[in-house]
Amino acid sequence: MATNIEAAPRRSLHFEPRKVAESPGDRVFGAISHTALAIWSLIVILPLLWTFMSSFKSSEEIFSSPFALPKVWHFDNYIRAWTSAGIGSYFLNSVIVVGFALLIVMTLGAMCAYVLARYTFPGSKAIYYLLLAGLTFPIFLAMVPLFFILRNIGLLNTLPGLIVTYVGFALPFTVFFLFSFFKTLPHEITEAASIDGAGEWRTFFQVMLPMAKPGLASVAIFNFLGLWNQFLIPVSINAAGPRVLSQGLAAFAGQMGYAVDFGALFAAVTVTVVPVLIVYVIFQRQLQGSVSAGTMK
Amino acid sequence: MIPLDTKVQPGSGRSVAARRRRKKLTFDKVSFMVVFLGVPLVIYLIFVISPFAQAFYYSMTDWSGFTPTMNFIGLSNYQKLFADETFMKAVGNNILLVIVLPIVTIILSLILATLVTVGGSSRGQIKGLRNSSFYRVVSFFPYTIPAIAIGIMWGQIYDPSSGLLNGMLTSVGLNQFKSFPWLGDERTAMIATIFVIVWSFVGFYMVLFVAGIKGIPAELFEAARIDGAGRIRTAVSITVPLIRDNIQTAYIYMGILALDAFVYMAALNSGGGPNNSTLVMSQQLFFTAFNKGQFGLASAMGVVLAVMTLLFSGIVFLVNRLTGGNKDVSE
Repeated sequence: MATNIEAAPRRSLHFEPRKVAESPGDRVFGAISHTALAIWSLIVILPLLWTFMSSFKSSEEIFSSPFALPKVWHFDNYIRAWTSAGIGSYFLNSVIVVGFALLIVMTLGAMCAYVLARYTFPGSKAIYYLLLAGLTFPIFLAMVPLFFILRNIGLLNTLPGLIVTYVGFALPFTVFFLFSFFKTLPHEITEAASIDGAGEWRTFFQVMLPMAKPGLASVAIFNFLGLWNQFLIPVSINAAGPRVLSQGLAAFAGQMGYAVDFGALFAAVTVTVVPVLIVYVIFQRQLQGSVSAGTMK
Repeated sequence: MIPLDTKVQPGSGRSVAARRRRKKLTFDKVSFMVVFLGVPLVIYLIFVISPFAQAFYYSMTDWSGFTPTMNFIGLSNYQKLFADETFMKAVGNNILLVIVLPIVTIILSLILATLVTVGGSSRGQIKGLRNSSFYRVVSFFPYTIPAIAIGIMWGQIYDPSSGLLNGMLTSVGLNQFKSFPWLGDERTAMIATIFVIVWSFVGFYMVLFVAGIKGIPAELFEAARIDGAGRIRTAVSITVPLIRDNIQTAYIYMGILALDAFVYMAALNSGGGPNNSTLVMSQQLFFTAFNKGQFGLASAMGVVLAVMTLLFSGIVFLVNRLTGGNKDVSE
């Protein structure tokens, strides 16, 4: 990842010698555009770079010379963040929770969306509006009752409780997105499958689901980002349970007051940011494609 | 925050095949529908819909959560809220956010998206700016970062003595900022916070608008150019009206985010900021519920938040429709 962050600004410098444009006006406008966009890119990258750099410094060094490169590269910041601050176990918890929640919500969401999109039956509209309601209301409204529902069934402050809540709240978005996707798949294919003797179950798992792969990938990416970054749900219903990453990070930043181990804090932030950033850079084409797919249909 | 498409509805369109098949109700089909609809919906009803419904009821009780008794007290929680200065201050801050945040974010991301898409040569084919995908990728970075990490990071950047911002300002000679507390000063706390939220969302909406602008047929831009429209005129009279649905979506998502804003506020100024200048309803709700244990009152705050969210979405739809937006946007 080090190379990724560091390579970025160097590339932007590379753009500045522009090729010859067709007219002087174009050249001026092109230069202005590039300048404006480059400034914004700098505003985005600088804080990230600074965090990354500070994560290798000692606390004193961060205070005394915030801009200098670290004199000694303190890799032990990462070790402290990972072990004594517990970021390692929080990371693992996040992977477990988000992994299971993603798997379950994708399966259930695809099933639900498929039935809603491909069959007409009484009540389908009601279900649709019920799902819409879940998208519109602020999650905050649900937190207090949810706290007691989970406590009553013994899932408060547990990872399974977190997983099932994540599944519930990610479901409406998943269904809406996949709903329009299943709508566009041709009906002839299901008919062909049924003529060939496939039942409903088989048609779904062996014919329709593989065909929906591009749609599934897009939703999975968005759900991953949403759940990985989720903060409110874990701090409300998992406050005393095994912490997930976002929760642990907040606790780490808040717990120590003025005696914060800044180097380790920056290391913890870097550990949180970097994996997702790497995944994004690898999949950015698909992701940007799915932003348009989600909004433009 | 997440784009979605609500234009297609169940029971609409292409149902001929479905209707033909509807007659034979086999075990295969019934079991399939029951499992496929039933399992997701049961989870959804228990963990999403029922809490929402219960919240409305709790908001009219004096329940503290840990006592078995729960008295129905009607609307007096709401009366208490509207008389509570701190809460009203939080409501005011949320209203400020809901006005400022979407406008700033959308204008900035529209400008950047326009520069990327129609910034190319004014002759020949309509083209985007050369090598611009780099900017798109970079601007999107913040969207992938957990909001809490963004908050902590910017909390350090704004740090009076060792932060990046004051370091940069003093290094260019602005010594009055030597140890200026950006988040600790009532005049700047809100602006600084708004900037952080704008920072984290501009890239996402830029990508969204770029996709929208690319969906506009190139002939329209060519026609405008032949008619003598310049770049700015094209952007204002062609681009913006044609992607107004995207803009509306963006406006609603940003507005809903502004009405929540919990993570950013909690990370940057967990106590509500100097003189509660960055306190928002969600913080107050969280505090009332999980620190003070006044679950009835907290639920009332949640209902106020929900009503404001619905009201806001309604106003945006209405304004867009009254000003001649696409008629079937809400369909």
